[in-house]
Amino acid sequence: MLSLIIFIPILAALAILVGAPARKTAFGAAVAQFALTLFALLSYDKKAGGYQFMSVSPIVPDWKLNYAVGADGLSLVMLLLTGIVTLAAVWVTPKIEKREGLFYACLLFISAGAAGAFASTDLFFFYSFHELALIPTFLLIGLWGTGERYTAAWKITIYLGIGSIVLLIGLIDLYLAVPEGSRTFSIIELQSTSGLIPAAAQSRPYLFLLIGFGVLISLFPFHSWAPPAYASAPTPVAMLHAGVLKKFGLYGLIRIALPLLPEGAKAWASLLLILLVGNIIYVGLVTIAQKKLDLLLGYSSVMHMGYIFLGIAALNIVGVSGAALLMFAHGLSIAALFAMAGFLREKNPLLLLDSFGGVAKSAPWLAFAFGLAAFASIGLPGFANFASELSVFFGAFKPGPGLAAPNFQLATVFALWGVVISAVYMLRAYRAIFLGAPGKDAAEWADPVKSLRWPVILLLALLLIAGFAPGAFLAYLQPSIQALLPK
Amino acid sequence: MIPSISLEITVLILGIFLLLAESFSKSDDKRGLAKAAIAILVALIGFSFFAKADVGDLAPFYTADATALFFKRIALLTTVIVLIMALEYQSVLQKFIPGLTPGAGLGEFYSLPVFTCAGLMFMASAVDFLLIFVSLELVTISFYVLVAYMRRQSACLEAGVKYLILGALSTGFLVYGITWIFGVTGQTNLELIRQVVEAGHVPEAPFLFGVVLILIALGFKIAAVPFQLWVPDVYQGAPTPITAFLSVGSKAAGFIVLLRVLQPFLASPETSGKILTVLGILAGATLIYGNLAALPQDNFKRLLAYSSIAHAGYLLIAVASVSSSPEGFASSRVAVAYYLAGYLLMTLLSFLILIVVARHSRGDDIAHFNGLGKRSPFLAFGLLVAMLSLAGIPFTVGFFGKFLVFATAVQAHNYGLLGIGIVTVGAGFYYYLRVVAAMYWLEPGDDTVITIAPLTRFTIGALTLFIFVFGIFPQPILNSLKGVPIEVRTVLHP
Repeated sequence: MLSLIIFIPILAALAILVGAPARKTAFGAAVAQFALTLFALLSYDKKAGGYQFMSVSPIVPDWKLNYAVGADGLSLVMLLLTGIVTLAAVWVTPKIEKREGLFYACLLFISAGAAGAFASTDLFFFYSFHELALIPTFLLIGLWGTGERYTAAWKITIYLGIGSIVLLIGLIDLYLAVPEGSRTFSIIELQSTSGLIPAAAQSRPYLFLLIGFGVLISLFPFHSWAPPAYASAPTPVAMLHAGVLKKFGLYGLIRIALPLLPEGAKAWASLLLILLVGNIIYVGLVTIAQKKLDLLLGYSSVMHMGYIFLGIAALNIVGVSGAALLMFAHGLSIAALFAMAGFLREKNPLLLLDSFGGVAKSAPWLAFAFGLAAFASIGLPGFANFASELSVFFGAFKPGPGLAAPNFQLATVFALWGVVISAVYMLRAYRAIFLGAPGKDAAEWADPVKSLRWPVILLLALLLIAGFAPGAFLAYLQPSIQALLPK
Repeated sequence: MIPSISLEITVLILGIFLLLAESFSKSDDKRGLAKAAIAILVALIGFSFFAKADVGDLAPFYTADATALFFKRIALLTTVIVLIMALEYQSVLQKFIPGLTPGAGLGEFYSLPVFTCAGLMFMASAVDFLLIFVSLELVTISFYVLVAYMRRQSACLEAGVKYLILGALSTGFLVYGITWIFGVTGQTNLELIRQVVEAGHVPEAPFLFGVVLILIALGFKIAAVPFQLWVPDVYQGAPTPITAFLSVGSKAAGFIVLLRVLQPFLASPETSGKILTVLGILAGATLIYGNLAALPQDNFKRLLAYSSIAHAGYLLIAVASVSSSPEGFASSRVAVAYYLAGYLLMTLLSFLILIVVARHSRGDDIAHFNGLGKRSPFLAFGLLVAMLSLAGIPFTVGFFGKFLVFATAVQAHNYGLLGIGIVTVGAGFYYYLRVVAAMYWLEPGDDTVITIAPLTRFTIGALTLFIFVFGIFPQPILNSLKGVPIEVRTVLHP
């Protein structure tokens, strides 16, 4: 079943490339993928726990390299995120003027890559599936992007390409750090034997993984690719990339680095703390200085990665499961924000904050929905972001064994200020766009047509559900994460 | 089971037969010769699976181990595709060779590659310096003619002269190196040299001198920096099918010889460290130069020349990280062989598409590929796959090759080379994707319809497919490399 979730978009993309009607096929594939993830989520046996829906086919038996898929609670929540954001992204896609087929095919490849990475239980395919998204992103930004699209496309592709190679070397290093005889690419097998990698050999592969994943997640100071790319990318691409694909690196840290290299994680915890404070404070301040909505959202998404890193660095169940829930929540909120930025872009292509004003009068629905998403992004109670950020802060204030608590407490204090920073820029942006004196062309503004409101409603509804009942999601996340944390 | 040497002999007979047929045939149309050669060479690839490993009395200088057979297949397949390219290239060729009739002088263009192929196949099996030298010369001399084939074009003549002079120079290095090695060990057979070196009776300085001379000669063949100066001009000036042949066949042969001679060279622990350091420096320099110099290129053929240098660098990473285990995950032998097989597919695919596009666009700059995604989605997709594979995107052979190469370097703790590799892969993303950007981002410059011959279309389709198939299921290639490891197992009578 998991293979279907991965291959439905790929098959649909190929069908589109050879001439199937683009939008209909893509929409059908997105609906099917979402339905399947929902079905997998509901039929997952929470009592039994562990990995389910597994299937394995050998690729290189001698090295124990297999095509293997399987999902635990963490994977399922990420797959749900993939499914819902893909659906929303395909839904809000405006009419494509040139080469519609290629556009949707690329979009579906990104979705398939993300789903494949979340569902794979083999290191090789886990890595490879993520890279599937790289070239479609390059084509999408370059062909259909706006503004400085060529520069942005080159920057994101080369940055992520280099990050991926560092990651690849880290994964090979990890594989070779296992004593000969027990070497395997199976993530499940590697996890099942604790202490497989000697403590002294963990530090170097962890650093490779941290930098490799860090580039993909836009960890400070490797973040400069993200904001311009999201600003130039077509709306659905920004939604998928910022909402889903960027979570791959975080997922990888939780799934691979924490359970297999716990000593490495402890050894580099202080470095990670410094960098993540850079994400929250430095990038946060940069965000305040932004004058365009798309760049502002891009920087804010980089900034929020800092919280998730903080939760992961804490190495305890409260922090890491908070981080996982925040990955889900952030994915939904940033996708909703980018979707609405896309609506705004249709009337005001440059998205300069100063050129807006009073949009709320003629587009009340948009103002309301944007407000909700902005509140979610700041982390107001009632939204999933609040519950998960709270959990991250609690986790980080009393980090796992073997970590220096004072450092973490200091970082948490900085992170708390980050909430204030995000309130400042989000509310300022909201005021500039929707309130105040009518800006240029204010009369022409109107709410998006009804059918385009649904994807945003879907995203926001899920955010509220997860905010009021985080337990429903934590029931999936916590047992899986407990199994991944060092004992 | 058939004796392995019968493959080479058949190829040689085929070459001679083609030359005679060209001299005595009355027809102006020489394409039949190429097609016959293609058919026979394809059949030989099939026969190569029935070759037996036992070579009998040839053992002192000839081997038929798994690696040798693997490289023979690479040579045969390369030649087949080069001949298909030559058919596609015929119209360009005719413009630049003198002759009274339209077909005059084309026959040799189809038969000389067959001789090159025989030389490459002998080289794959050679375990004695004399056979290595003779087969290398067979390859090189037929290349001298082929590179300068379009003698009415000055760029092609220039390429021919450059290749001749530097090729002869490298031959000089090789012979001189062999002499020194013979001088200190008294042997030309690689296994015997290994035994002597391992026993530790070899004076260090003259031995290392000989080794370095041979490495220089091989450096010319595989286009390693600083012996790469001939590459860009020769690649750009030579007829495109021959450029493809040079960049795949010549390189593959250079690497198999390099892998073979390293066995005896690294046999002594006192000198092996120094030789590996030299190889590591070569690898690093080749990576940096090839990748950085490729960045500003605007001509696609020249870009592929620099890309060929760059890939020599990746292959040298694996060679410089040679480990004790000849099998298994981080084995240099497997990594090099797999990488070359993948390199064959993606490079020949690029050249084949270049020939088709250049014929219609009257030029081989990257700008001539603008908007190819609209003009011919089929060709554009093929070239997209080739470029992604060269850049090393997963699910292609190019990625799996890099994966294995980096694995050898991690195993050998060659972190310096890995660091260089990270940067150069990033550079590679830029210059390969520039072609992709031209094809898909930009609008076509002219709208002439591109026609593709059925055989060419089939070949492009097959190469594209294989890039994915072997990128996802590498097991068949890995299986064919199993068996007798590269170390020479011969019954010898010293």
